[in-house]
Amino acid sequence: MSLVFAGICSHAPGITGRAAMADPTLREPFYAAYRRMGEQLSAVRPDALVVVAAEHFANFFMNNMPSFAIGMADHYSGPIEDPAWLGIARTTIPGSTKLSRQLIGEIMQTVDVAYAEEWQFDHGIMVPLHFLTPSYDLTIVPVNINCQGPPLVPLHRAWALGEALRRAADGVPERIAVIGTGGISHWPATPDSGRINEAWDRALLERWARNDKEALLSYSDLDTYRDAGQGGFEIRTFISVAAAARGCGHVQHYTPIPIFAVGCTIATMDIAA
Amino acid sequence: MSLYQLQKFLYDINRDPRVQERYRSDVAGLLERYELTQEERAAIAAGDVGLIYVLGANGQLLMHFAALLGLSWPDYLQAMRDGVRRHGPVRAGIYAMTTQVDEKVAGV
Repeated sequence: MSLVFAGICSHAPGITGRAAMADPTLREPFYAAYRRMGEQLSAVRPDALVVVAAEHFANFFMNNMPSFAIGMADHYSGPIEDPAWLGIARTTIPGSTKLSRQLIGEIMQTVDVAYAEEWQFDHGIMVPLHFLTPSYDLTIVPVNINCQGPPLVPLHRAWALGEALRRAADGVPERIAVIGTGGISHWPATPDSGRINEAWDRALLERWARNDKEALLSYSDLDTYRDAGQGGFEIRTFISVAAAARGCGHVQHYTPIPIFAVGCTIATMDIAA
Repeated sequence: MSLYQLQKFLYDINRDPRVQERYRSDVAGLLERYELTQEERAAIAAGDVGLIYVLGANGQLLMHFAALLGLSWPDYLQAMRDGVRRHGPVRAGIYAMTTQVDEKVAGV
Protein backbone atom coordinates (compact mmCIF):
# COMPACT_ATOMS: atom_id res chain seq x y z
CA MET A 1 0.00 0.00 0.00
CA SER A 2 2.49 2.60 1.17
CA LEU A 3 4.90 3.78 3.77
CA VAL A 4 2.88 4.39 6.94
CA PHE A 5 5.50 5.18 9.60
CA ALA A 6 9.06 6.48 9.82
CA GLY A 7 11.38 7.07 12.73
CA ILE A 8 14.90 6.87 14.11
CA CYS A 9 16.25 5.56 17.39
CA SER A 10 19.46 4.73 19.23
CA HIS A 11 20.69 1.13 19.33
CA ALA A 12 23.75 1.15 21.60
CA PRO A 13 24.15 -2.18 23.44
CA GLY A 14 24.62 -0.42 26.78
CA ILE A 15 20.98 0.72 26.60
CA THR A 16 19.96 -2.77 27.69
CA GLY A 17 23.29 -4.36 28.67
CA ARG A 18 24.35 -1.69 31.14
CA ALA A 19 20.87 -0.66 32.31
CA ALA A 20 21.70 -1.22 35.96
CA MET A 21 24.68 1.16 35.77
CA ALA A 22 22.59 4.08 34.48
CA ASP A 23 21.04 6.89 36.48
CA PRO A 24 17.33 5.92 36.63
CA THR A 25 16.28 9.57 36.30
CA LEU A 26 17.92 9.60 32.85
CA ARG A 27 17.18 6.01 31.90
CA GLU A 28 13.45 5.80 32.63
CA PRO A 29 12.27 8.81 30.56
CA PHE A 30 14.30 7.42 27.62
CA TYR A 31 12.81 3.96 28.00
CA ALA A 32 9.33 5.55 28.21
CA ALA A 33 9.96 7.51 24.99
CA TYR A 34 11.14 4.31 23.30
CA ARG A 35 7.97 2.47 24.38
CA ARG A 36 5.81 5.42 23.23
CA MET A 37 7.40 5.11 19.82
CA GLY A 38 6.36 1.44 19.89
CA GLU A 39 2.78 2.49 20.66
CA GLN A 40 2.83 4.99 17.78
CA LEU A 41 4.15 2.27 15.52
CA SER A 42 1.47 -0.26 16.43
CA ALA A 43 -1.26 2.42 16.16
CA VAL A 44 -0.68 2.66 12.39
CA ARG A 45 -1.14 -1.14 12.09
CA PRO A 46 1.94 -1.91 9.98
CA ASP A 47 2.21 -5.26 8.21
CA ALA A 48 5.99 -5.09 8.30
CA LEU A 49 8.80 -3.03 9.77
CA VAL A 50 11.90 -2.27 7.72
CA VAL A 51 14.83 -1.75 10.09
CA VAL A 52 17.68 0.15 8.47
CA ALA A 53 20.56 -0.61 10.79
CA ALA A 54 24.33 -0.55 10.92
CA GLU A 55 25.54 -3.88 12.18
CA HIS A 56 28.83 -4.70 13.84
CA PHE A 57 30.31 -7.79 12.16
CA ALA A 58 27.41 -10.10 12.99
CA ASN A 59 26.75 -11.22 9.40
CA PHE A 60 29.15 -9.19 7.29
CA PHE A 61 32.91 -8.97 7.55
CA MET A 62 35.73 -7.44 5.51
CA ASN A 63 36.21 -10.69 3.55
CA ASN A 64 33.10 -9.78 1.55
CA MET A 65 31.55 -6.54 2.76
CA PRO A 66 28.40 -5.26 1.08
CA SER A 67 27.65 -1.54 1.30
CA PHE A 68 23.95 -2.41 1.44
CA ALA A 69 22.30 -5.71 2.32
CA ILE A 70 18.67 -6.72 2.82
CA GLY A 71 17.39 -9.82 4.54
CA MET A 72 15.18 -12.21 2.56
CA ALA A 73 13.99 -14.93 4.94
CA ASP A 74 10.86 -16.09 6.74
CA HIS A 75 12.55 -15.88 10.10
CA TYR A 76 15.64 -14.44 11.72
CA SER A 77 17.38 -14.97 15.04
CA GLY A 78 19.01 -12.76 17.61
CA PRO A 79 20.78 -11.48 19.47
CA ILE A 80 24.03 -12.94 18.14
CA GLU A 81 25.79 -11.51 21.17
CA ASP A 82 25.84 -13.21 24.57
CA PRO A 83 22.25 -12.60 25.78
CA ALA A 84 23.52 -11.90 29.30
CA TRP A 85 25.97 -9.31 27.96
CA LEU A 86 23.25 -7.56 25.96
CA GLY A 87 20.42 -8.05 28.44
CA ILE A 88 18.10 -9.41 25.76
CA ALA A 89 17.04 -13.07 25.56
CA ARG A 90 17.69 -15.03 22.36
CA THR A 91 14.59 -15.40 20.21
CA THR A 92 13.21 -15.92 16.71
CA ILE A 93 11.91 -12.93 14.77
CA PRO A 94 9.44 -13.27 11.91
CA GLY A 95 10.36 -12.20 8.38
CA SER A 96 8.80 -12.59 4.95
CA THR A 97 10.78 -13.97 2.04
CA LYS A 98 8.00 -12.92 -0.34
CA LEU A 99 7.79 -9.31 0.84
CA SER A 100 11.58 -8.94 1.02
CA ARG A 101 11.91 -10.26 -2.50
CA GLN A 102 9.35 -7.77 -3.81
CA LEU A 103 11.04 -4.85 -2.05
CA ILE A 104 14.53 -5.92 -3.14
CA GLY A 105 13.38 -6.30 -6.74
CA GLU A 106 12.17 -2.72 -6.87
CA ILE A 107 15.10 -1.27 -4.91
CA MET A 108 17.50 -2.93 -7.35
CA GLN A 109 16.09 -0.76 -10.13
CA THR A 110 18.23 2.06 -8.79
CA VAL A 111 20.50 0.75 -5.99
CA ASP A 112 22.64 -2.40 -6.01
CA VAL A 113 21.95 -4.30 -2.80
CA ALA A 114 23.17 -7.64 -1.56
CA TYR A 115 20.58 -10.00 -0.16
CA ALA A 116 20.90 -12.48 2.68
CA GLU A 117 18.71 -15.52 3.32
CA GLU A 118 20.26 -15.91 6.77
CA TRP A 119 20.68 -13.08 9.23
CA GLN A 120 21.51 -13.04 12.91
CA PHE A 121 20.43 -9.74 14.40
CA ASP A 122 22.88 -7.94 16.64
CA HIS A 123 22.19 -5.06 19.00
CA GLY A 124 21.65 -2.72 16.05
CA ILE A 125 18.27 -4.36 15.49
CA MET A 126 17.62 -6.22 18.77
CA VAL A 127 17.77 -3.16 21.05
CA PRO A 128 15.13 -1.28 19.01
CA LEU A 129 12.88 -4.36 18.72
CA HIS A 130 13.19 -5.01 22.46
CA PHE A 131 11.38 -1.71 23.06
CA LEU A 132 9.24 -1.31 19.92
CA THR A 133 7.91 -4.85 19.39
CA PRO A 134 8.72 -6.63 22.67
CA SER A 135 6.71 -9.71 21.71
CA TYR A 136 8.56 -9.97 18.37
CA ASP A 137 5.30 -10.45 16.49
CA LEU A 138 5.80 -7.97 13.64
CA THR A 139 7.36 -9.04 10.33
CA ILE A 140 10.83 -7.53 10.03
CA VAL A 141 12.81 -6.67 6.91
CA PRO A 142 16.41 -6.08 8.03
CA VAL A 143 18.51 -3.65 5.98
CA ASN A 144 22.19 -3.05 6.66
CA ILE A 145 24.41 -0.16 5.69
CA ASN A 146 28.12 -0.81 6.22
CA CYS A 147 29.18 1.85 8.73
CA GLN A 148 32.04 -0.15 10.30
CA GLY A 149 34.57 -1.24 7.71
CA PRO A 150 35.85 1.57 5.45
CA PRO A 151 35.60 2.36 2.64
CA LEU A 152 32.03 3.33 3.53
CA VAL A 153 29.31 4.13 1.06
CA PRO A 154 28.97 7.92 0.42
CA LEU A 155 26.09 9.67 2.19
CA HIS A 156 24.33 10.46 -1.08
CA ARG A 157 24.05 6.71 -1.72
CA ALA A 158 22.40 6.25 1.68
CA TRP A 159 19.94 8.90 0.50
CA ALA A 160 19.44 6.99 -2.77
CA LEU A 161 18.77 3.80 -0.79
CA GLY A 162 16.07 5.63 1.18
CA GLU A 163 14.45 6.90 -2.02
CA ALA A 164 14.48 3.40 -3.48
CA LEU A 165 13.04 1.98 -0.29
CA ARG A 166 10.17 4.48 -0.46
CA ARG A 167 9.41 3.61 -4.06
CA ALA A 168 9.44 -0.07 -3.18
CA ALA A 169 7.23 0.38 -0.11
CA ASP A 170 4.70 2.37 -2.13
CA GLY A 171 4.56 -0.46 -4.65
CA VAL A 172 3.50 -3.33 -2.40
CA PRO A 173 0.04 -3.96 -0.90
CA GLU A 174 1.38 -4.17 2.66
CA ARG A 175 1.52 -1.28 5.12
CA ILE A 176 5.23 -0.64 5.60
CA ALA A 177 6.96 1.07 8.52
CA VAL A 178 10.63 2.05 8.50
CA ILE A 179 13.09 2.94 11.24
CA GLY A 180 16.75 3.88 11.11
CA THR A 181 18.89 2.87 14.07
CA GLY A 182 22.26 4.07 15.29
CA GLY A 183 24.23 7.23 15.88
CA ILE A 184 24.49 9.92 16.61
CA SER A 185 27.91 11.08 17.84
CA HIS A 186 29.60 8.35 19.85
CA TRP A 187 32.93 6.63 20.40
CA PRO A 188 31.66 3.13 21.17
CA ALA A 189 33.80 0.29 22.50
CA THR A 190 36.81 2.58 22.95
CA PRO A 191 38.25 4.11 26.12
CA ASP A 192 36.28 7.22 25.05
CA SER A 193 32.97 5.36 25.50
CA GLY A 194 30.60 7.89 27.02
CA ARG A 195 31.98 10.85 25.10
CA ILE A 196 29.03 12.57 23.39
CA ASN A 197 29.07 15.73 21.25
CA GLU A 198 25.68 17.12 22.18
CA ALA A 199 25.99 20.27 20.05
CA TRP A 200 26.85 18.18 16.98
CA ASP A 201 23.97 15.79 17.72
CA ARG A 202 21.46 18.61 18.08
CA ALA A 203 22.63 20.23 14.83
CA LEU A 204 22.31 16.90 13.00
CA LEU A 205 18.84 16.30 14.43
CA GLU A 206 17.78 19.82 13.43
CA ARG A 207 18.89 19.19 9.84
CA TRP A 208 17.15 15.81 9.91
CA ALA A 209 13.92 17.27 11.33
CA ARG A 210 13.62 19.82 8.55
CA ASN A 211 14.61 17.12 6.06
CA ASP A 212 17.35 19.30 4.62
CA LYS A 213 18.92 16.97 2.07
CA GLU A 214 21.78 19.28 1.18
CA ALA A 215 22.74 19.88 4.80
CA LEU A 216 22.44 16.20 5.68
CA LEU A 217 24.67 15.16 2.80
CA SER A 218 27.28 17.85 3.46
CA TYR A 219 29.16 15.97 6.21
CA SER A 220 32.47 14.46 5.19
CA ASP A 221 33.58 11.27 6.91
CA LEU A 222 36.75 13.05 8.04
CA ASP A 223 34.71 15.75 9.78
CA THR A 224 32.31 13.19 11.23
CA TYR A 225 35.18 11.11 12.60
CA ARG A 226 36.70 14.20 14.23
CA ASP A 227 33.46 15.63 15.63
CA ALA A 228 31.26 12.59 16.17
CA GLY A 229 33.58 9.60 16.37
CA GLN A 230 33.46 6.36 14.43
CA GLY A 231 29.91 5.89 15.75
CA GLY A 232 28.92 9.03 13.83
CA PHE A 233 29.26 7.12 10.56
CA GLU A 234 25.89 5.57 11.42
CA ILE A 235 24.10 8.82 10.44
CA ARG A 236 23.71 6.96 7.15
CA THR A 237 20.71 5.11 8.56
CA PHE A 238 19.04 8.38 9.64
CA ILE A 239 19.70 9.85 6.18
CA SER A 240 18.03 6.88 4.47
CA VAL A 241 14.92 7.33 6.60
CA ALA A 242 14.71 11.06 5.77
CA ALA A 243 14.92 10.22 2.07
CA ALA A 244 12.20 7.60 2.42
CA ALA A 245 9.76 9.67 4.50
CA ARG A 246 10.32 13.07 2.81
CA GLY A 247 8.46 14.89 5.61
CA CYS A 248 9.31 16.87 8.72
CA GLY A 249 10.82 15.12 11.69
CA HIS A 250 9.84 15.37 15.34
CA VAL A 251 12.47 14.73 17.98
CA GLN A 252 10.59 13.13 20.83
CA HIS A 253 13.56 12.47 23.08
CA TYR A 254 17.22 13.36 23.19
CA THR A 255 19.34 12.89 26.31
CA PRO A 256 23.05 12.13 26.53
CA ILE A 257 23.49 9.09 28.81
CA PRO A 258 27.26 8.47 29.04
CA ILE A 259 27.08 4.92 30.44
CA PHE A 260 24.92 4.04 27.39
CA ALA A 261 27.69 5.69 25.29
CA VAL A 262 25.29 7.76 23.21
CA GLY A 263 22.89 10.69 23.09
CA CYS A 264 19.73 8.65 23.44
CA THR A 265 17.43 9.59 20.59
CA ILE A 266 13.85 8.88 19.66
CA ALA A 267 12.30 10.71 16.69
CA THR A 268 9.53 10.21 14.18
CA MET A 269 9.03 11.73 10.75
CA ASP A 270 5.89 12.65 8.84
CA ILE A 271 5.34 10.74 5.63
CA ALA A 272 5.06 13.30 2.84
CA ALA A 273 3.85 12.65 -0.69
CA MET B 1 50.94 -5.35 10.56
CA SER B 2 48.19 -7.70 9.42
CA LEU B 3 45.18 -6.00 10.95
CA TYR B 4 42.76 -7.83 8.67
CA GLN B 5 44.01 -11.20 9.92
CA LEU B 6 43.96 -10.04 13.55
CA GLN B 7 40.38 -8.89 13.17
CA LYS B 8 39.46 -12.09 11.34
CA PHE B 9 40.65 -14.05 14.36
CA LEU B 10 38.45 -11.88 16.62
CA TYR B 11 35.50 -12.31 14.28
CA ASP B 12 35.96 -16.10 14.30
CA ILE B 13 36.38 -16.54 18.03
CA ASN B 14 33.48 -14.24 18.90
CA ARG B 15 31.02 -16.39 16.97
CA ASP B 16 32.34 -19.96 17.07
CA PRO B 17 32.42 -22.02 20.29
CA ARG B 18 34.88 -24.46 18.63
CA VAL B 19 37.36 -21.63 18.10
CA GLN B 20 36.85 -20.57 21.71
CA GLU B 21 37.63 -24.10 22.87
CA ARG B 22 40.72 -24.34 20.64
CA TYR B 23 41.92 -20.97 22.00
CA ARG B 24 41.91 -22.50 25.48
CA SER B 25 43.41 -25.89 24.52
CA ASP B 26 45.84 -25.14 21.66
CA VAL B 27 46.25 -21.45 20.94
CA ALA B 28 49.50 -21.92 18.96
CA GLY B 29 47.86 -24.43 16.64
CA LEU B 30 44.78 -22.25 16.27
CA LEU B 31 46.82 -19.19 15.29
CA GLU B 32 48.64 -21.05 12.51
CA ARG B 33 45.50 -20.45 10.46
CA TYR B 34 46.11 -16.70 10.49
CA GLU B 35 48.89 -14.67 8.85
CA LEU B 36 49.91 -12.72 11.93
CA THR B 37 53.01 -10.83 12.97
CA GLN B 38 54.88 -12.10 16.02
CA GLU B 39 53.56 -9.17 18.03
CA GLU B 40 49.94 -9.88 17.05
CA ARG B 41 50.35 -13.59 17.75
CA ALA B 42 51.80 -12.93 21.20
CA ALA B 43 49.10 -10.37 22.03
CA ILE B 44 46.33 -12.83 21.19
CA ALA B 45 47.99 -15.74 23.00
CA ALA B 46 48.42 -13.61 26.13
CA GLY B 47 44.88 -12.22 25.91
CA ASP B 48 46.47 -8.76 25.96
CA VAL B 49 43.39 -6.67 25.17
CA GLY B 50 45.33 -3.42 25.57
CA LEU B 51 47.92 -4.33 22.96
CA ILE B 52 45.30 -5.72 20.56
CA TYR B 53 43.52 -2.37 20.88
CA VAL B 54 46.74 -0.46 20.13
CA LEU B 55 47.34 -2.70 17.11
CA GLY B 56 44.13 -1.26 15.67
CA ALA B 57 41.39 -3.82 16.30
CA ASN B 58 37.85 -2.54 15.81
CA GLY B 59 36.22 -2.15 19.23
CA GLN B 60 33.05 -3.85 18.01
CA LEU B 61 35.12 -7.02 17.67
CA LEU B 62 37.45 -6.48 20.61
CA MET B 63 34.77 -5.84 23.24
CA HIS B 64 33.28 -9.31 22.72
CA PHE B 65 36.70 -10.99 22.90
CA ALA B 66 37.32 -9.08 26.15
CA ALA B 67 34.03 -10.37 27.53
CA LEU B 68 35.03 -13.93 26.53
CA LEU B 69 38.22 -13.43 28.54
CA GLY B 70 36.08 -12.50 31.52
CA LEU B 71 36.66 -8.75 31.52
CA SER B 72 33.81 -6.62 32.86
CA TRP B 73 32.90 -3.42 31.00
CA PRO B 74 34.99 -1.15 33.28
CA ASP B 75 37.92 -3.61 33.08
CA TYR B 76 37.70 -3.65 29.28
CA LEU B 77 37.86 0.15 29.09
CA GLN B 78 40.78 0.18 31.55
CA ALA B 79 42.66 -2.51 29.64
CA MET B 80 42.58 -0.31 26.53
CA ARG B 81 43.79 2.74 28.49
CA ASP B 82 46.59 0.64 30.01
CA GLY B 83 47.50 -0.60 26.53
CA VAL B 84 47.88 2.96 25.25
CA ARG B 85 49.90 3.90 28.33
CA ARG B 86 52.29 0.96 27.75
CA HIS B 87 52.47 0.81 23.97
CA GLY B 88 51.59 4.30 22.76
CA PRO B 89 48.74 5.51 20.55
CA VAL B 90 46.54 3.22 18.44
CA ARG B 91 48.48 2.43 15.28
CA ALA B 92 45.74 1.68 12.73
CA GLY B 93 42.01 1.43 12.15
CA ILE B 94 39.21 3.80 13.14
CA TYR B 95 38.95 3.13 16.89
CA ALA B 96 41.71 5.46 18.12
CA MET B 97 41.51 6.91 21.62
CA THR B 98 40.72 10.63 21.85
CA THR B 99 40.50 10.98 25.62
CA GLN B 100 43.37 10.94 28.12
CA VAL B 101 44.66 7.73 29.74
CA ASP B 102 43.49 8.93 33.18
CA GLU B 103 40.10 10.13 31.94
CA LYS B 104 36.87 8.19 32.56
CA VAL B 105 34.15 9.93 30.56
CA ALA B 106 31.28 7.75 31.75
CA GLY B 107 32.71 7.32 35.24
CA VAL B 108 34.07 3.81 34.52
